Amino acid sequence: MAAAGNVGAIAPTAQRHVLWLRAAIIVVVLAVWEAVAASGLLFRDVVPSLAVIGKAIGRLLATPDFYRNLSITAAEIAGALLIGGLAGVVVGIAIGANRFLARAYESFIYYLGPTPKIIFFPIMIMWFGVGPGSKVAMGVLSCFFPIAVSAAGGMREIDKVLIRVGRSFRVTAWQMVSKIYLPAMRAPIVNGIRLGLGVAIIGTLLAETKLSNRGLGYLIIQAYSVFDMPRMYALLTVLFVLSIGVNALIGRLATPGRRGVD
Amino acid sequence: MRRAFADTRFGPPAVGVASLLLALALLEALIAAGVINGFIVPRPSQIIAAIPRIIVEEDVLDRFLQTALEALWASLLLTVVGIGLGMLLFRFRLLRLATETWVAALASAPVVLMYPLFLVIFGRSATTIVMIGFAAGLSPVILKTVEGFAGTRKVLLDVGRSFRLTNTQLFHKILLPAALPTIFVGLRLGLIFAMINIVGVEFLINFGGLGQLINELAERYDLPGTYGAIFFVVLVSVVFFFCAERIERWLRPGM
Repeated sequence: MAAAGNVGAIAPTAQRHVLWLRAAIIVVVLAVWEAVAASGLLFRDVVPSLAVIGKAIGRLLATPDFYRNLSITAAEIAGALLIGGLAGVVVGIAIGANRFLARAYESFIYYLGPTPKIIFFPIMIMWFGVGPGSKVAMGVLSCFFPIAVSAAGGMREIDKVLIRVGRSFRVTAWQMVSKIYLPAMRAPIVNGIRLGLGVAIIGTLLAETKLSNRGLGYLIIQAYSVFDMPRMYALLTVLFVLSIGVNALIGRLATPGRRGVD
Repeated sequence: MRRAFADTRFGPPAVGVASLLLALALLEALIAAGVINGFIVPRPSQIIAAIPRIIVEEDVLDRFLQTALEALWASLLLTVVGIGLGMLLFRFRLLRLATETWVAALASAPVVLMYPLFLVIFGRSATTIVMIGFAAGLSPVILKTVEGFAGTRKVLLDVGRSFRLTNTQLFHKILLPAALPTIFVGLRLGLIFAMINIVGVEFLINFGGLGQLINELAERYDLPGTYGAIFFVVLVSVVFFFCAERIERWLRPGM
């Protein structure tokens, strides 16, 4: 996909124009939103005014209940990323390092990866119950595939000289993994985790909206069931900001030259 | 000897399939021996036997057509709106500079989580499912359209200008054919995102085609049927991705 902003060098004047245009687009969008909210064209409260949404965000962020549910969802996602990430890296390294394993099993991962994972939720409920276990399992199932595919790709791109150097020093299998494979695969693994985090968030929260009594997904579906639209907009806004923010933060880790100078 | 086997065309894939069958046989034996609870995991033989039953009794063909129709509407919207917006961003460079980062950010946003909002706006209907599919697949189509047009080799455009082509001719004869393979990559990605979300939302809101089937069978606690339906949906998805990939390779022989 085209890298954002990959349109060549921008002159300072053009940069100013870009900033002005961005500000203008935001103002127009907000004005149209406010006009639709005031017009009564849609059902009442479907498009609440910005002031109402702003107040709802304020109320949401001031409630301890929000942070309790946020921490539950965050813990589920972290658990999913830890289990799915570790499994994905191990499987990715195995498949990337061994041509036979790749030819035997990689097509399973490649084609199962993009299937809709939420349909496995009934099975996860039967296996892990209706509590956080099934939500973590959904997250694991979601994030395993992109991380495994990315780690396998990264493994194949490791400079063969590095692997030969390791073998010439007769390092153990664990040392090969910790001293050569993992450091050389940093960028693809971080990118895989970034992709995995995105789908783990979706998998976990969708599971929470389907069957749960805690977590951000539960709060969203609860707001829907009582038709508290400002609260739903507030939750979705906070969720989008958090998701995009965390994604961008992990993306920075993958970019060379962003680490602090030792 | 091992290396020679690893290099054969059908050897490793056959091992992959054989190990899958072995795992299923092991599962069957463990359930039969009572090691794994048969009320939680049905026997693979029961699941396989349930597939013809759900195909006949649950109107799977109708459900498949319903999901396919939703995917078709979403893909039409993606083609018209996504490619249209992509062309707009390519045509106006300043607009592209200002908004491309936002479009890329949208790609990483969990759009499907907005389904309760779509339910309020469009109701519990096929429109909600189509619109979620459309929203989920929009970013790659826009970004790849821009990339396709922007990646047209300058020498081709210079040749066109030297022939004094009008802007319309330049677009039809040079820009569009040069961008088409990349645009198709975007459409394939967009359609895959749309398809995943369409089946997912069908399951979540218990409406529509194949996704709803799984939900209904799970609520009836028809375990072999649920596992069979999930297997069927996964199979349909895999065939869909496989076909999309083959079509793309056919359109981009040098890929």
